[in-house]
Amino acid sequence: MNTIRKVLKYQARDAVRSRWLIAYAIFFALVTDGLLRFSGDPVKAQLSLVSVVLFVVPLVAIVFGTVYLYNAREFIELILAQPVNRAQTYAGLYVGLALPLALAFMLGIGVPFLLHGIDAAAWTTLIALLVAGVVLTFVFTAIATLIAVRCEDRLRGLGTAIAVWLLLTVVYDGLVLFVLAVMSDYPLEHATLAMMMANPIDIARVGLLLRFDNSAMMGYTGAVFLKFFGGTVGMAVTITALTVWVSAPIALGMRVFQRKDF
Amino acid sequence: MNRPKIQITDLSKRFGTLEVLRSVDMAARAGRVIAIVGPNGAGKTTLIKSVLGLTRPDAGSIMVDGVEVLGHDDYRARIGYMPQIARFPENLTGAELIAMLKDLRGQTAEQDVELISSFELGAALEQPLRVLSGGTRQKVNAAMAFLFSPQLLILDEPTAGLDPLASSILKDKILAERGAGKTVVVTSHIMNELEELADDVAFMLEGRAAFVGTLDELKRITNQITLERAVATMMSRGWIKAAA
Repeated sequence: MNTIRKVLKYQARDAVRSRWLIAYAIFFALVTDGLLRFSGDPVKAQLSLVSVVLFVVPLVAIVFGTVYLYNAREFIELILAQPVNRAQTYAGLYVGLALPLALAFMLGIGVPFLLHGIDAAAWTTLIALLVAGVVLTFVFTAIATLIAVRCEDRLRGLGTAIAVWLLLTVVYDGLVLFVLAVMSDYPLEHATLAMMMANPIDIARVGLLLRFDNSAMMGYTGAVFLKFFGGTVGMAVTITALTVWVSAPIALGMRVFQRKDF
Repeated sequence: MNRPKIQITDLSKRFGTLEVLRSVDMAARAGRVIAIVGPNGAGKTTLIKSVLGLTRPDAGSIMVDGVEVLGHDDYRARIGYMPQIARFPENLTGAELIAMLKDLRGQTAEQDVELISSFELGAALEQPLRVLSGGTRQKVNAAMAFLFSPQLLILDEPTAGLDPLASSILKDKILAERGAGKTVVVTSHIMNELEELADDVAFMLEGRAAFVGTLDELKRITNQITLERAVATMMSRGWIKAAA
């Protein structure tokens, strides 16, 4: 437990000062500020931000995470040459990477809203947006950490990272749409729900859009989703699915890390 | 004879189909400097990293101070390691890196800051590591290995990238530590330098410890007067043996 905290402390201190991370926070601040100025309505700005967050947060978390860990190879060796336990070191490295990313995201989105001032209704959706972004950060940093310890070759690792992101962001939705089109004669509401749960970005998307009033525009499927996500069972399934998406890559990565030769 | 500081028995490691260590047997005697020499790819770094637990051997045993270390972590508190490549987090300062090592080792005893002062690192330690030159980073690297006065020092190519003055300071420090009863394991490609430092030599060839003994012994059996010549003789003989 102690080692996690110590590794995390110095790892996070280094990551927070990274130019890329600062640029990431500024990017979100500029986009948020721009949307707030143009729309003049915080909820509308948030709705536009949903797409940006779902697209950018996974990409940055997985690419920044992988590149950072490849560059930290000698640093990790130095840590492991000390009297530390590998599993705890792994956890420390992961959290030390995910926390700065989550912090940069929250500041980038949060500060413009605070500066512009928002009402109570917009607060609920803002918090939902922040939670979704933070959860996606933790999911994709976990995948990045797994890739970085699993692939010895950094070019291949980076390729895998981008491929995973493309798969979950673009390809997966295409496949779902394809299935829905081909099977359009059948009732697919529950199958669709199951397919959504298998992709963390989709979970975040549906979860977020249902917080906004315009989910009525999503038709009958939207109604099924609203019923599902609104209920206790739906909430439990969502949380479980997201927990699996964070813990499975961590557990796998930790196994690899414990046997890895440096 | 005293108990060896490090006792390696039947250590094997393969990376895929490549046998990097083939049942290596060797010992590092306490209070002495042992040089690990051999051509590139002979397994020197893998051997060192196995002792540190960075590489996980497939078979064999490594004892430090008479206790098996494979699968354990705590023994590393007694080792100071200077890795070959000094690449550290860009945005931390040397002082922060040192604070981290102190945290991780949980050692509160007085630190050996001799190298920090003789390398005149004071000001450099307050700057982010990314702005330091390669040589200065290597000095920080060296200073960190000696900082906690460990009983066992493992130095992988310690003088690579150091200027002659810094290199002399480091060599003096190594000899001073040996004088204080510390055990030092050192690799280098510069034989003249090892000649100055080493009491014992472990010569590795194709993953085997082809010779482990004192420097004088090595010179005697190869009939050579310098370490460089002796190692060259061993290498050519070894290759004849391998070819036969």
